[in-house]
This record gives sequence, structure tokens and C-alpha cells, in this order.
Amino acid sequence: MGAIDPALLLAALMVAATPILLAALGELVVERAGVLNLGVEGMMITGAICGFAVAVNTGSPAVGFVAAAGGGAVLALLFAALTQLALANQVASGLALTLFGLGLSSLLGQGYVGIKPPPTPRLDLGPLSDIPFLGRVLFSHDLMVYLALALVAAVWAMLKYTRAGLILRAVGENHDAAHALGYKVVRVRVLAILFGGACAGLGGAYISLIRVPQWTEGMTAGGGWIALALVVFASWKAGRVLLGAWLFGGVTVLQLNLQAAGLAIPVEYLSMSPYLITILVLVIMSADKSRAPASLGRIFHASQ
Amino acid sequence: MLRLEKRPQPSRVWTWATPPLAVMITMIAGGALFAALGKDPAEAIATIFWKPLFGEFAFYYRPQLLIKAAPLILIAIGLSLGFRAGVWNIGAEGQYIAGALTGAGVGLAFYPLDSWVVFPLMVLAGALGGWAWAMIPALLKVRFGTNEILVSLMLVYVAEQLLAAMALGPMRNPDGRGFPGSRNLRDYPAAHNAEIISGTGMHWGVAAAVIAVILAYVLLSRHLLGFHIRLAGQAPRAARFSGVRPGRLVVICLGTSGALAGLAGMFEVAGPAGQVSIDFNVGYGFTAIIVAFLGRLHPVGIALAGILMALTYIGGEMAQSTLGLPAAAIQLFQGMLLFFLLAVDLLTNYRVRFRHREAA
Repeated sequence: MGAIDPALLLAALMVAATPILLAALGELVVERAGVLNLGVEGMMITGAICGFAVAVNTGSPAVGFVAAAGGGAVLALLFAALTQLALANQVASGLALTLFGLGLSSLLGQGYVGIKPPPTPRLDLGPLSDIPFLGRVLFSHDLMVYLALALVAAVWAMLKYTRAGLILRAVGENHDAAHALGYKVVRVRVLAILFGGACAGLGGAYISLIRVPQWTEGMTAGGGWIALALVVFASWKAGRVLLGAWLFGGVTVLQLNLQAAGLAIPVEYLSMSPYLITILVLVIMSADKSRAPASLGRIFHASQ
Repeated sequence: MLRLEKRPQPSRVWTWATPPLAVMITMIAGGALFAALGKDPAEAIATIFWKPLFGEFAFYYRPQLLIKAAPLILIAIGLSLGFRAGVWNIGAEGQYIAGALTGAGVGLAFYPLDSWVVFPLMVLAGALGGWAWAMIPALLKVRFGTNEILVSLMLVYVAEQLLAAMALGPMRNPDGRGFPGSRNLRDYPAAHNAEIISGTGMHWGVAAAVIAVILAYVLLSRHLLGFHIRLAGQAPRAARFSGVRPGRLVVICLGTSGALAGLAGMFEVAGPAGQVSIDFNVGYGFTAIIVAFLGRLHPVGIALAGILMALTYIGGEMAQSTLGLPAAAIQLFQGMLLFFLLAVDLLTNYRVRFRHREAA
């Protein structure tokens, strides 16, 4: 077993954490608004193929990422229509979204198997990248990694310090009271759902355009579900989502490295580890239920 | 302007009218999708829904209907109990794999013993395997309050990896010249889930599905436990006052659905699939979620929905070979069905009223 370079490992961790970080941040905002969208996996994979297809056709990864956010948001709009207008059960609607997204993505992706997407350049941070160790770990990535980190800060600040964040939280904690105060519960929730979809789409596209980078069916491989678990893990706090994403990114990278190192354990058992760790973390965190938004998953209808 | 008014009780008429309505809308939307893919929509819809039953090659496709419907119905019946009680087992795919592995494992362990006990033991092992896999989220939920949706789903990915490990490792056919996959149980009569009546597709899994439908019907309409399940879903607070223990319900609902999914997996691996292989699971566990909702969580409805869904699988295969319709289009079609069903369900619980602007 060869020595694993810790700097490379940590740098890979940052990359591996980015897709689930983006998706989980989006879902965090959705859940803080009181909506449980289980369709993250479906929106991620749709974003992955939308971003991939557009990036291949236009030759620009940036346009691809915009398209991925759009694709995720369009799919989320379906969920919003179902749960906010047709007042359907959120669990069932989320599952429908995932099944639909998986089908849609493999249909859209038919002509794109085996193609290489245009490369996304590494952001040039000048002398910062030359710092030993830290330069390699922190300052050698593409723009999306930093955007994701900026988004963590933005979501955190938005929820904590702005009026919009306060309204969003009010809607999530007690939609009847928020409605009585004159806030548009449905409008706030639809916007939150769209934001969640766009974030999930970005996360998906990060996998297909940068992390892998190519298109294969079902390539998100449960990343959307791990993102959902991450929100619980984070007790619905933006900062902790980052921590959780790094933890899962770390586990993923570590098991991949162990696979490459040719450990005596069969590859399949190593591949299980991120999912098993997710379960373990869920068990540990589920003792604390008090943090969940009080209106989470409840249907709002103004008549009652 | 349109306004929604909550019905005091869900409409009985719409409860049964929404699934056919959803199927109709899905056919129209699906037709549009097929047209967008450059196929004749009428031809495609006919190929999926009509030709497998009444077309030229119906003799080949009709038995397939039962083969595909049996696992869907078995799994969906189990899921419906939980869904009614608000216990969301969405990892049936994992329990299906677990049941197939334990069932096939027992069969392979006895190879080449020729005795009648082998098959019943495999059935038992399959049910136990699925049950045990479902007990993981159930016990975690009861003991720690862990979300069963996420845990059961994570276990699907774990089960898939386990399946691959088994197909490549311990269960690999020793006479298979190193190819992945186990011995073919079709060549081992004592363990083979053969057709009960030859040429009909009627294997033991179909019999189990029929029994499950009947038992579930009796349970829900005649038994106290069935009443508790319905009560816990519709009025959790009232259920607690009337002495329903939520933890017990979680264990029962997840356990039953796990055992049924395990049975489905075991019948599949011993019959139509024949062997443990990497690509053994084809998503029945997820499609069964659609089946359960389309059947309105009612045993008879689920049986009908299972047959309809089986038809889309078979018709989809047919459309794939004759019209060149991509397989993904069928998957999308099934997803759309659940979407439209949830959307038109609005009519069951709400009355849509046309409102004139009132003076404030």
C-alpha cells in the first residue's frame, strides 16, 4: 500500500464535497421554508445531463452550469405545482420527482454517452496557489468550489440577518401565523423550492462536468439522498452543512484511495462505506429532533 | 377565479375515478412525448397497451404479464400498509435484493441435493432476508427516531454493492469459467421456481401475490391491526389515545413490507432471473411505489395497478424492439403517471369552485 499524500487527499475532498454541498444547501433553504422535497436526486441527475448536454453543444462549461441550474429549477417547478397548488403529499411528490428525473435524464442523455465535456479551467489565484500544502488544498480548484463556499456564507447570512430570511423561517416554523401576518406562504415556498432545484442542478452538473467528467446513467448514485441526510445532520444550519459535506467528501475520497491502493477488502465493501456512514451519522444526529422546522412537510391551505 | 374548498371527507367517487383519469392523462402526455421523439403516438400507445395482450405475438407476451406483475404486486402490498400508517419504506429495492440473496444462498448451499424441502426453505430464507433488511430502518426508527426514508434508501445502495460482491465472490458459479454470476437455479430442479401451469407465466410468486392481496384485504377491512394501521395514518393523535403503539406499528409495517419484498426477490431469482448476477435488480422496488399509489393503497386496486404497470414494462419492451422507442421513455412514462395521479388527487380532497369577486 503506497503512501497517500495528505495534500492531494484534502484537495480531492474539497472537490468530492462540492456536489452534495450545493444540493444540501438548496434543500436546507427548502426545508427551512417548511417544505420537504425528496426529489433532490431527480433534480441533481437532471441538472447533470442538462449541464452536460449544453456544455458539450456550446463548448462552454459556464453556460452548462447555468443550464443545469435552469433544468433543476424547472423540475422543481413541477414539485412546487404539485405540492403548493395541487396540495399533494410532499413525500409522494418528492419520490415522483426522483423517479421522473431519473427517467428524463436517461432519455435526454442518450446521445451523450462516452463524450468528453469541455474542460473547466482551474481558477488562477496567482501566488496563493504556490503556498506549500495550503495552496494545493485550498487554492487549486475551479470556480464552482469557491462559488459553493460563497453560497454557504450567503445562505447563512441570508437566513440569519435579512428580512427575507426571517420571513422564510417564519413560513417554515408556523405557516398559519405567517399567513395571518400577511406573508405570502405559497409564494415564499415556491421560490425556496426553485432555489433548491437550481442548487441541486448545479450539484449534479458539477459531477458530470468536473468531478467525473462524463455522462453515465444514474451517475449521481444517491448523492441527492446523501444531501437530504446532510440537512438532518446539519440540524438545518448552513455552517454545519459544510462540515457534513467535508465529512462525506472525506469518506468518499478515502475509500476511493483505499480501492486504488489495492486493499485486501473487495471493492464493493469499500463502496458501501459512504452510505453506511450516512446511516451512522443519521442515527447519532436523530436524537436531536428539536431543530427541525415546525411546519416541515405539512400542507398549507389558506382556508383553515 | 378558481378557489379550492376542502371537502369534509374525501370524495368516494373521485377516490376511484382519479387513477383511471391519471392513466388517461398520462397516455395523452406520453403520446405527445413519443411524438416529440418522432414516433407515431397512436401506434406507440397501442404497442404498449394493446398489442402485448391482443396482438399477433400475444401468446408470447401474455405470460410475461404475470411474471412482471407478481413482484410489483407483492412489494406494493407491503408498502401500502406502511404508507397508510405514515411509515415510509422506500427501500423495497434493497429488501428485494436481500431476499434474493438469502433465498438463492440457501438454494445454492444445498446444491446438488435433490429434495422437496429445498424450495420451501428458500422461500422462508427469502422472506427472512427481506424482513431482516427492513428491520434495520425499523429498529433505528423505534430506538433512535432515525428517519426511515433515508435509512431504507441508503440500504438500497448498500444492498446493490452486496449483490455485486456476492455475484463476483462467494456465490459465483464454481463451474462458470470465472464469469460473474451464480449457478443458474433453472438447472437445479429442487430449487427452481418453475411455472405451476406451464406456458402461463404462473409461478409460485404469482400465487404468493394473490395470497398477499387476499390477506391484506382481510387485514385492512376485518382485523383490529388493520384498523390501527388506518387510524395511525389518518389521525395519529386519536390513534395514540386509543392505545396504538407507534413503535410496534413501525416494526410491523416495515417488517411485513420487507418480508414481502424479500419474497418477491427470492421468487424472481429462483424463477425468471434464474441466477444471482450484478444486474439482477431492475427497479421493481421503486416502480412498486407507483403501483401502491396508483392502486390507492387498496389491495384490489394494487392488483389492478400492478397488472397495468407490468403491461407498461412489457409493452415498453415491445415498443423498444418494434418502434425503436428508447427504454428510458418508458421509465419517464411511469414517472409521469405518478405525477399526474398526485395532481388529480386534488379533486378527491378538495372541491374546485368558481368564485366571483366578492366585495371586501
